Amino acid sequence: MTTLSEASSKELLRRHGVPFAEERIVSSPEEAIEAAEKIGYPCVAKLNGDRIAHKTERGLVRLGLQSPEAVRDAVSDLFGAAKPEDGEVSVLIAPMLSGARELIAGFLTDEQFGKVVMIGVGGVLAEAIADVAFRLLPLASGDAESMIDELKTQSLFEEFRGEPAINKDSVAIVLNALSNVAIAESNVLSVDLNPLIIVDGEPIAVDALVEILSGVSK
Amino acid sequence: MTPPREGFKAFFDPRGVVVAGASTHPGKFGFVALHNILSQGYAGEVYATNRDGGSILGIETVPSIDDLPPDAVVDLVFVCTPASGNEDLIRACSRRGIRAAFVTSAGYGESGEDGRVAEQRLVALADELGILLAGPNGQGVVSTPSRLCAQIVAPYPPAGRIGVASQSGNFVSSFLNYAYQSGVGISRAVSAGNAAALTVPDLLDFYASDDETDVSLAYVEGIADGRAFAERIRVVTEQKPVVLLKGGATSGGQRAAASHTGALATDDRIFDGAMRQSGATRAANVEEAFEAAATFATQPLPRGPRVGVITTAGGWGVVTADAITRSSLELAILSDSLRDAIDLLLPPRWSRNNPIDLAGGETRDTIPEILSLVAQDPTIDAIIYLGLGIQSNQASLMRNGSFYPDHGIERIVDYHERQDRRFAEAAAEISQTFGKPILTATELAIADPNNAGPRAVRETKKLCYASSNRAVTALEHLWQHARWREQHGLT
Repeated sequence: MTTLSEASSKELLRRHGVPFAEERIVSSPEEAIEAAEKIGYPCVAKLNGDRIAHKTERGLVRLGLQSPEAVRDAVSDLFGAAKPEDGEVSVLIAPMLSGARELIAGFLTDEQFGKVVMIGVGGVLAEAIADVAFRLLPLASGDAESMIDELKTQSLFEEFRGEPAINKDSVAIVLNALSNVAIAESNVLSVDLNPLIIVDGEPIAVDALVEILSGVSK
Repeated sequence: MTPPREGFKAFFDPRGVVVAGASTHPGKFGFVALHNILSQGYAGEVYATNRDGGSILGIETVPSIDDLPPDAVVDLVFVCTPASGNEDLIRACSRRGIRAAFVTSAGYGESGEDGRVAEQRLVALADELGILLAGPNGQGVVSTPSRLCAQIVAPYPPAGRIGVASQSGNFVSSFLNYAYQSGVGISRAVSAGNAAALTVPDLLDFYASDDETDVSLAYVEGIADGRAFAERIRVVTEQKPVVLLKGGATSGGQRAAASHTGALATDDRIFDGAMRQSGATRAANVEEAFEAAATFATQPLPRGPRVGVITTAGGWGVVTADAITRSSLELAILSDSLRDAIDLLLPPRWSRNNPIDLAGGETRDTIPEILSLVAQDPTIDAIIYLGLGIQSNQASLMRNGSFYPDHGIERIVDYHERQDRRFAEAAAEISQTFGKPILTATELAIADPNNAGPRAVRETKKLCYASSNRAVTALEHLWQHARWREQHGLT
C-alpha cells in the first residue's frame, strides 16, 4: 500500500468529479509568487510529494499568506524543510478558503464489506463526535442523499452563522464521485477528503489523500 | 448452497414427523420434543424411535428409522440422538424419503475441532442426499399453519404473519413469548443453532416468498461476509420487510487509522449503513425488534411521515408529540378543513391543534368519528391513538369493589367496557378503510392486559403498544422502510 502526493491525489479525484479549489504546483519561490498573484490573497502553501502524508503534523502547511513576501518566505521554508526521504517535492499554492463548517468524506476497503464510502461532520472534533454515515460501494441512485439525511447534526446543513444552507445536491455529487473512483480505479484502496470546507454553501475539498495498491501504477 | 424449495415444504409443513431418540424421561429433550409435537394440534403422522422400543406419550416407538411401518408418510426427522450416530441416521432417513432434518444434538461445531469435523461431514452428507438440514445444536422449528411445535422449549405462539429466524435459540423463545403476550402471532420460527447448512439468510429467502409470512424477524451475530449478507438481505427486503437484531454491535474494533475515514469506520457503523442501504429495519433491542415486526405484520405502510395524535390523556399527547418531533416522523399540521370538521364534534376547549386533545369533550360516538375524520384527511399519513382503557380501568375498580353491582354500577361498568371495545374496533376498521396505520398505545397493555381496551386491540389482531414512545419508534421503522421502497421505485 502506498500513498499518492496531494497533487496526484487531487488530479485523480478531480477527473471523477470531486470539486477542488483551483491550485498551482510550483518549484520555486518565484513561481510561487506568480501563482499567488493569479489565485489571489490570502493563500496557502503546502509541500507536496508522493511520500508526504501527514503535512499538518510536520508543519508543512502554511496558511493565510497575505503578500508576495509572505509567500516567498513560506515557500523557501517549505523547500528547506523537505527531507531526503520525501523524494521529489514541489509546493502547492491554493486559495485560503474559509467557512464555518467542515465535512469529511472518503472511502476505504474493508475486509468484510469491501469498498465502503463515508460522509461525516468534519473539523477537529470529527472523530470525537463521530456523526458519520456509511454505505457499500457502488452507490445506487438515492443512496448518497439518504446518507446525508442520516447524519444527526442536520442543523449544520441549514443556514449557519450568516452562511447559506449547504447544497446537499453538491455533497451528493462528491459522494457519487467517490463511488465513481471506486468503480473506475480498482487499485485505489482508500480516499480521504478532509476537510470538505463549506464555502457559500458549496463543499470544496482542500486536501486529499489517496492510497493505492503498491506495485501498481496509477 | 441454498436449500431446494421442496425441502422447505417438508421442513415447515411435513405430512409426518419422526422424533429420533425419543425418551421416556420427561426431563429429556427426546421426550419434550415429542410432547410438544403431540400437544399443540399437529395433524400429521407422528412417529418416534427409541433404542429399547416401548410406548412414549401413547406413541409406539420403533428401534430405528428402518423399522418405521412401510406405509408411514414422514417428511421431517427431529433428531435428538447423540452426534456419533447421526450420519447413519440421516442415511436411513433418506432411504425412507425424509427430506428435512432438524438436528438438536450438540457435540458439533460449538464443541471444538472434532465437533467441527463431524459437523462438516453431516452437512456434506445432507447435501449429497438432498436433505434440508437445520441445526445442529438448535432448539427447533415452529410452523403455525401446520400447528407444528417441533422444539425442545416453549412456548407455542399464536398463529400470525411473522417469520422468525435466529442464531440464538433463546431469542426465538423470547420473540415467541412476546407473540404470546401481545397476541400478534407467528407464521414460522426456526432456531438455526450452529446454522451449519440452513442459515438465517436462507430462511429469510424462504420467508420472502412464503405466502404465510408478511415480515421476517431475525437475530444474527458474527457475520463473516458482510457484503454477501447485505446483498442477500437486499433481495429479501425488495419483497418483504426484514427486522434485524444484531448481537455484538459494540465489539468490532476500529480500523487501523491510516486515514480519518478509517479511524471512523467501525464494524457496527458499516453494518448499520449496509442495512439501511439494503432496506432492512435494524432494531436497537429485543422488544423493539419484536414490536417493529409486529407493526409491519399488522399495519399498512404509511405513505408519508405526517402523524396525527388523538388523545384523551393530555400529558401523553404532549410527550408523544415530543417523541415524534425527535424522530424522522413529523407532527402533522392540522388543515383548516380538518380543524373545522372537529369543531363540529367537540366543545371549543379541545386543543384545536395536533395533538388532538379531546379535553373530556367527547360523547358516546366522538372517538370513532374523530378517528375517521383524521384518518381520511389527506394531510395525515398515520395516527397514534392514546387514552384507550382509562374508563375501563375505573370500571375494573368498580367491578372489584364492594358496591358492585348496585347503585347503577353494573350498568356503567358495562358501558365503559363496551365503549373501549368499540374504540379499539373502530381504530382497526378505520385503519383498514383508509389504508393508514393507526397505533393504539396505553400502559394498560401490560399494567392490566385484561382491561377491555387492550384486550379488544388484541382481538383485532393489532399490537397494543405499552407506551406511546414505543409506538413512535415502531411507526418510524415503517416510515423508513416505506421511504426506502419509494426511493428504490418499489411499490
